[in-house]
Amino acid sequence: MFKFIVFRLFWVVVTVWAVSTITFFMVRAAPGDPFMNEVRNLKEEVQAARKREYNLDLPLIQQYGLWLKGMVQGDFGPSMKSRDKTVAQIIGQAFPVSISLGVIAMFFAVMIGMTTGVISALRQNTFWDYGLMGFAVLGISIPNFILATILIIVGVFLLGWFPLSGWETPYHVLLPAFALSLPFAARISRLSRVGMLEILSEDFVRTAYAKGLKEKHVVIKHALKGAILPVVSYLGPAFALILTGSLVIEKIFDIPGLGKIFVLAAINRDYYVVLGTVVVFSSLLCFFNFLVDLSYAFLDPRVKLEEAA
Amino acid sequence: MALLEVQNLKTHFHTQDGLVRAVDGVSLNVEAGKTVGIVGESGSGKSVTNMTILGLVPTPPGIIDADAILFEGQDLRSLSKEQLRKLRGNRIAMVFQDPMTSLNPFLTIEDQLTEPLLIHKGQNMDQARQRVLQLLKEVGIPDPQSRLKDYPHQFSGGMRQRVMMAMALVCEPSLLICDEPTTALDVTIQAQILELLKRIQKEHGTTIIFITHDLGVAAGFCDEIYVMYAGRIVEHAQTDELFKTPLHPYTASLLKSVPRLDQEASEAFVTIQGSPPDLTALPAGCSFQPRCDHAISRCETERPTLEEREGNHSRQCSCFVDLRGEVKS
Repeated sequence: MFKFIVFRLFWVVVTVWAVSTITFFMVRAAPGDPFMNEVRNLKEEVQAARKREYNLDLPLIQQYGLWLKGMVQGDFGPSMKSRDKTVAQIIGQAFPVSISLGVIAMFFAVMIGMTTGVISALRQNTFWDYGLMGFAVLGISIPNFILATILIIVGVFLLGWFPLSGWETPYHVLLPAFALSLPFAARISRLSRVGMLEILSEDFVRTAYAKGLKEKHVVIKHALKGAILPVVSYLGPAFALILTGSLVIEKIFDIPGLGKIFVLAAINRDYYVVLGTVVVFSSLLCFFNFLVDLSYAFLDPRVKLEEAA
Repeated sequence: MALLEVQNLKTHFHTQDGLVRAVDGVSLNVEAGKTVGIVGESGSGKSVTNMTILGLVPTPPGIIDADAILFEGQDLRSLSKEQLRKLRGNRIAMVFQDPMTSLNPFLTIEDQLTEPLLIHKGQNMDQARQRVLQLLKEVGIPDPQSRLKDYPHQFSGGMRQRVMMAMALVCEPSLLICDEPTTALDVTIQAQILELLKRIQKEHGTTIIFITHDLGVAAGFCDEIYVMYAGRIVEHAQTDELFKTPLHPYTASLLKSVPRLDQEASEAFVTIQGSPPDLTALPAGCSFQPRCDHAISRCETERPTLEEREGNHSRQCSCFVDLRGEVKS
């Protein structure tokens, strides 16, 4: 187990390094630089001075070396646009916002998805099943900015239950988190339905009934653990997608999260902010996949992690 | 009085291809303490018969009808689902065919073994564990204490079937239904498991219904045998008599197609021509008639019923021509 954890964490580091390196050269390959359009008539000499200030005049490979050295020491570098802040400060402010939004959306997605999926499976080919799966298909196919708009019209303007936008009270998180969660809830619902149906046709479920267990007991104790395996393997990528995909939602509800910062930085060629967010996003993605692999061992006793390593 | 008496049991299923008559008028009489074999090829309705008795056939798609299903003098048809559930795993227990898939891979065997005691006997975990340890020892699991927290995949096939048996026996059922308990095991393990079943029966006085398609196993293990074909009982006899003088052509063909060690290797392997009938479209007459060497014209139009032979209640056969050459009127 220990060997497996060390091995996987090593690969997390390698993956993040590779992703950030590719990103480094890709953003630099894009035309323009951070100081081009800042003020319409920024003088040539001033531009050159700014570039010197941020080492942009050095050969690219040397800049990469400097940036990587900073990264290893935990220094994400300065922002070239918000000149009074470091990248770490900017991300540090936005990160908790995105994480809370993501965690709450994830919670909604799992709760809604699992409940509807299991109900559909237990009532296979009934009105409930068709109805819930119909909603799931809708949830998967409707883009979340349309969902968000509908939710705003209903929740804010018609019912008046929720505040429109911003990030002040815990109330503010509910509507965007719900809008963000629905497509994921839909997928989780379909996955848990399929997982549940598969498990319910297993011989050991028949054995459980033959032992005289009640249906709820059979479902919760004997079937659920196996049925959620496909869901669990989806959770890692889903959480990463929720975090990175919250951009549109953050924009609609005016939430100061990572997604908003990432896009602004990309537009402004704020190199180190882009790199910083990419490092954070890719670390998260790798880390959650790692957690999913770990959780497999706890859910399914047949999975031996040492062998995988 | 019989421990289990089934009269004219029918289990049909609605499917897209039509009505499947999986069990079509089966009557069984199981005396307490006996071992009763149900023999037949795959799809003949052996398992469905027993699943129906246990109330494990979902309705719909299943349609169940019977004149009586008496267990310990109680008609199971009159019981509610909840009452039936309380019998399952308690008074009637079942051992399934494939111990690889019939045990839950996600739960420890302790979890699975103690469950029936917790729900049926209201025992606490400590009491249940004691009983399970004693039983695991009895079915021949070495050092059971250290294996309680193990998962099914950590046991070999034979050991798993022993665990399955312990699980069926924890509540001391009066009837144990074994659905091909040795089919998935290799021959040496088969012998051990049969030996164990015999011992259990002797010590606990358990009545056993033994479902198998292996005539060799049935011969050595059962007191009497019901032969099933296409959802019906075609012959019923004491084991010795059945093997000595089979009356139904199907039974005779089955016996002939068992490979024998004393037979010349060059001799062709005897098989029954044709294949089992489509259960959605059974022939009008005898279901076995299209494959039967002895069929007469009456067999094509009229369906034979199970009748007593030689004035003996436990010697029954459903055939117009029985193999001693007599044509029944």
